[in-house]
Amino acid sequence: MPSDRQLLDYVLRLADSDLILAQRLGEWVGHGPALEEDIALTNVGLDLLGQARLWFAYASEVEARELVRSGGASRNEDEFAFMREGGGFRNLLLAEQPNGNYADTTARQFYFDVWHELLLRNLAVSRDPRIAEIAAKALKEVMYHAERSADWVIRLGDGTELSHARMQSAIDGLWMFTGEMFAADDTELALAAEGVAADVRALLPVWRDRVASVLDRATLTMPSAAWMQRGGKQGVHTEHLGHLLAEMQSLHRAHPGVQW
Amino acid sequence: MVSAASSAIARGPGPGADAIWRALAAVPDPEIPVISVVDLGIIRGVEWRDDEWVISVTPTYSGCPATEVIAGDIGRALAAAGVARFRIETRLAPAWTTDWIAADARQRLADYGIAPPGARAAASGQIDQTGQVNRIDISALHRYRREAASVPCPRCNSTRTRQQSRYGSTPCKAQYRCDDCLEPFDYFKPH
Repeated sequence: MPSDRQLLDYVLRLADSDLILAQRLGEWVGHGPALEEDIALTNVGLDLLGQARLWFAYASEVEARELVRSGGASRNEDEFAFMREGGGFRNLLLAEQPNGNYADTTARQFYFDVWHELLLRNLAVSRDPRIAEIAAKALKEVMYHAERSADWVIRLGDGTELSHARMQSAIDGLWMFTGEMFAADDTELALAAEGVAADVRALLPVWRDRVASVLDRATLTMPSAAWMQRGGKQGVHTEHLGHLLAEMQSLHRAHPGVQW
Repeated sequence: MVSAASSAIARGPGPGADAIWRALAAVPDPEIPVISVVDLGIIRGVEWRDDEWVISVTPTYSGCPATEVIAGDIGRALAAAGVARFRIETRLAPAWTTDWIAADARQRLADYGIAPPGARAAASGQIDQTGQVNRIDISALHRYRREAASVPCPRCNSTRTRQQSRYGSTPCKAQYRCDDCLEPFDYFKPH
C-alpha cells in the first residue's frame, strides 16, 4: 500500500516538470523569433504554470495529511516553488535543459508534449479522484501543445537546409533525456500498482511510434543512441537547474511572502 | 442556469439564489467584456451550504490570469447585491468546455469581432442525475483534430480565412486573418 509520502513525491514530480518547463518558456518573453511565437510559447508556459499550481495545491493537502501525525505545518505552493533547493526538485531533466536556439526549444517541447499527453490520458482515469480531475483538465490543454510542437518539428525539419540541420541536431542532442520519462522507480511502481499513478514503462512504444511518425514527416532521422541520462525524478539534476532556480527564486527569497 | 432546484434550496438571509444568479450575470469577463461569467459557463453552482452561499466556479484554462480577477469581481458584485455570507469554490471536474458558452453570447462575441468557437472539441465528463461527475470520459479527445469547417470572418462572414497563429491575445483564442476583407481577427478556440 503506497504511503502519503510516496504520493507527495509523485505529485511533486508532476508539479515540478510543469513548473520548470514553464519557467524555461517564460525566458522567451521578448525574445521569440516572431511576435506570434513569443505569444504562443508563453501561453504554453502559462498553461503549464496553471497545471503546476493545481498539482502543488494537491501536494500541500497530501503533505498536511502526512504531517498530521507529527504536527508539522505543510508547505504552500509558493514554498514548494521558491524555498526548495535544487536537490529537492523532482522534475524531469528534459524540462530544465536550456532554451538554446528555436529548434532546441521545439525539440524539448515536442518530446515532452507527446509524453505529457500520454501520461495525462492515463492519469485522467487514476483511482485518486484529485489526480484524475487535474489530469483531465490539463489533458485538453496539452493536446493543443502537442499539435503545435509537432507542427513546428515538421516545419523546421522539412524546411531549409539550415533549419533541417538545426532541428536534427536538437532532436539528437536532447534524445538522452527522453529515457527518464519511461523509467519507473519504486515510488511510481507502488502507486501504479494501486491504479493511482501511470506505469510510464507502458507509454514508451506509443511515444516512440508518434515521435517516429512526426520525424518521418519532418524528413528527420529518429535517434538510436541507447545511453540515457537519469536522476531528475530522484533530485539529481544537471547543472542547468541551479541557474534557473537562482533567477526564479531570488525575488521571493529577498522578499519572503511578497505578492504582486 | 437558474433551475427550480437551485431556487428551492435558497435558504440564506438576504438575496436568494435567483438574485445571486442575476448579480453574477452582470459580472463581465475581464478580457471579453461583452459576455458575462454566466454566459461563459464558468459558474457551475450556487448553493446554500453550512450557513453560507457557495459559488462554484470552474477555470477556463488552468493558467488563465483572469481567474483571480474574476473571483474578485464576483466577490464585489455579491457584496453590492447585499449577499453577506458567501465563499467562492473552485470546481475542476467536469473540465470547462466552450460548449457551455450561451448561444446568445456567441452572437455577441461575433459582433465584438471575435469569431465564436465551433463545435465541441472534447467531452470532459459525464454528469449523472444528481449533478455529480461519475466518470471522466476522455474517449472523445483526439490528437490532430482539425477544424471541420473554416472559421467565418466576424466582420464580412467570408469563409476564406486562415490561421496565423495557434495563440492570440489570450490563451483561449487563436489568431486568424480574412483573405477577403484582409482584417485579422481572434478566434475563440473550441476547447
